[in-house]
Amino acid sequence: MTTSPLSQPEVDQPPPSRSRLRETSLGLLTSLAILAFTAVILYAGFIFLRDSKAPKLVVAGVAIVWGVAGVALLYFGANHLVEQLPDRWTALLQPYIFVGPAVAILSWYLLIPSFRTLYISLLDRTSENFVGLQNYIDIFTQRSLISTFRNNLMWIVFGATFAVIFGLLIAVLADRSKFERTAKALIFLPMAISFVGAGIIWNFIYEVKDISVPQIGLLNAIVVALGGTPKAWTASFQPWNNLFLIVIVVWLQTGFAMVLFSAAIKGIPSELTEAARVDGANEVQIFFRITIPYIMGTIITVSTTIVIFTLKIFDVVIVMTGGQFGTEVIATQFYRQYFTNRNFGLGSAFAIILLIAVIPIMIYNLRQFREQEGF
Amino acid sequence: MASVSYEHIYKRFSGDVIAVNDLTLDVQDKEFMVFVGPSGCGKSTSLRLLAGLEEISEGVIKIGDRIVNDVPPKDRDIAMVFQSYALYPHMSVYDNMAFGLKLRKMPKSEIDDKVKDAAETLGISSLLDRKPKALSGGQRQRVAVGRAIVRHPQVFLLDEPLSNLDAKLRVETRANLSRLHQQLETTFIYVTHDQVEAMTMATRIAVLKDGILQQVASPQMLYDHPDNVFVAGFIGSPSMNFFDATLVEQPDTGKMVVDSGSFRLEIPAHQTSDLQPYKGQQIIFGIRPEDIHSAELTPPGVIPARLSATVDVTELMGNEIFVYGLTGSKPFIARVDPRTQVRPGDDIEFNVNMANMHIFDPKTELGIL
Repeated sequence: MTTSPLSQPEVDQPPPSRSRLRETSLGLLTSLAILAFTAVILYAGFIFLRDSKAPKLVVAGVAIVWGVAGVALLYFGANHLVEQLPDRWTALLQPYIFVGPAVAILSWYLLIPSFRTLYISLLDRTSENFVGLQNYIDIFTQRSLISTFRNNLMWIVFGATFAVIFGLLIAVLADRSKFERTAKALIFLPMAISFVGAGIIWNFIYEVKDISVPQIGLLNAIVVALGGTPKAWTASFQPWNNLFLIVIVVWLQTGFAMVLFSAAIKGIPSELTEAARVDGANEVQIFFRITIPYIMGTIITVSTTIVIFTLKIFDVVIVMTGGQFGTEVIATQFYRQYFTNRNFGLGSAFAIILLIAVIPIMIYNLRQFREQEGF
Repeated sequence: MASVSYEHIYKRFSGDVIAVNDLTLDVQDKEFMVFVGPSGCGKSTSLRLLAGLEEISEGVIKIGDRIVNDVPPKDRDIAMVFQSYALYPHMSVYDNMAFGLKLRKMPKSEIDDKVKDAAETLGISSLLDRKPKALSGGQRQRVAVGRAIVRHPQVFLLDEPLSNLDAKLRVETRANLSRLHQQLETTFIYVTHDQVEAMTMATRIAVLKDGILQQVASPQMLYDHPDNVFVAGFIGSPSMNFFDATLVEQPDTGKMVVDSGSFRLEIPAHQTSDLQPYKGQQIIFGIRPEDIHSAELTPPGVIPARLSATVDVTELMGNEIFVYGLTGSKPFIARVDPRTQVRPGDDIEFNVNMANMHIFDPKTELGIL
């Protein structure tokens, strides 16, 4: 029995005839034709859009149709082509038809800029001369720049720690409360506010006026009511004024932490805590010896996620102080050096440092996600 | 080592659901007491009340002479094996077993001795370093038992500990638990829905239904002299056959017969005196499958009382045959000698061993005889 090299041998099937072979090659030709047609359409569309003097609305409409239909045709043609190949090849190639473009586009937008930024970080402020690691040396030796890292460290340590502790505490307490839903909804609410919005809200809370006029800032109003003098919270007490900014992110992120912890705690089988109770544990011991270890995976995931958030913190600082009063962080320094000071070398170096700081946490986080699946 | 007593215990959930209804029961020291009943009968709740995992709505529970109503679980000196085993997933087998001892601030060397002793007893010494995830179902079950026995509690509570095991392992573990009970000489209270587990292991069995205690007795007593229709039907597999019937006195011979409409069975003379007051009345007639024999293979000593029936289905078990028969339109099951030649559709004669019959009052469902 002979089988066509282009088809899977199947039982109880008549030997392939010539017509079948013809069919296969016809299919191959069709799909090649579709692809060629698509290429022509895409190219013609590109030329039209480039040179067109039609009204903008028309151009936009054509662009949308051209883009969507072009991509669809490309998928269809490529898929058709792959399906004509032997089954082994089809199985091998088909996933890439669908995943490939996304991977390619993501690499184009992420990898190339990363490498380009790395390259620019090795050049001087106008990107004209190669300076080696000089930008990095500057960052780690100039006092005004070093404080950036101190601040970011404060963000990571206090921001992540408090958000996780409060989130855990509220999740545990709400779990036993009658008002669980209401309490959790209220705590979760700030999550819906953008960092900028939150910054503006807290700017009002920290607002300072002269002692002779009424305080419109909540915090100073309280201080004055208690007989104190109004303080410029975000400007004084350096470097602890950073904490007033960190509070905002804690306020925003506690809800996120709480929701995940709450779900994890509800996942603990009740028999487990009952067994611990019979074994002789009190509530505190159950919390530390059963609950915490049981949800450790979630705690790590939430912590690393918040650490990444705080590493990249930008909006809150820009809105609250604009980086003044010793509150600069890596992301704001990057922005300031690159766009305000037009020092492309130094700005890029900050961006690369941020990237290098985030990557290990990212990898750890991903690994943690994968492990939890098998838990 | 202690006795346990439930005194007029009630447990109500969210108002109108009564899980345990006036339970009064004494469990003797060193007894193996089994709570058995269908799901929702309150057996698990009764156990959890004793463990302190549920609050008592009304009544008093004593362990030894101490009232434990307000004693937290950790101070009741009990240990419990859960249906899901409830092993701490992040701890090794050793730490699982040592957990309770560590919480009691026992010296390390003593903990080590006790854990290793218990592991030896249960044959899990080689598993001490493993995490529960890496154990088979049977091993997990033994670890759960191990965690309970290291503490040498006064009372040992087991909540359906065998229901997650496969059939073969269940039979093995049943014997192991009985052996363990003899070895430890501790009070065991065991909850199950499986009457076979109850019959095989118990010193005494408490049968519950809808939160109400039906009967407490030794397995043999429960089997031979069930107090009511529910207990009679629940204990034994296949279940007892029940027929609505009338007690009739034969005018010519003066003998009493059970008349169901489709059969008339004569009651042995020595039992008739107890039934005199029920003469002419409706009764429920109960007979266990093993007391119905095929006519030609009736063991000696059975006074023949004939019952003719049509065979519906037969199940050969090897050592016996289950015959699903119909007398009139009433279905029943008989366990007959495997040499009996029966096929579905046959009309055959059975002999009923009337010496082992049960008579119940249809209104109260309580046993008369």
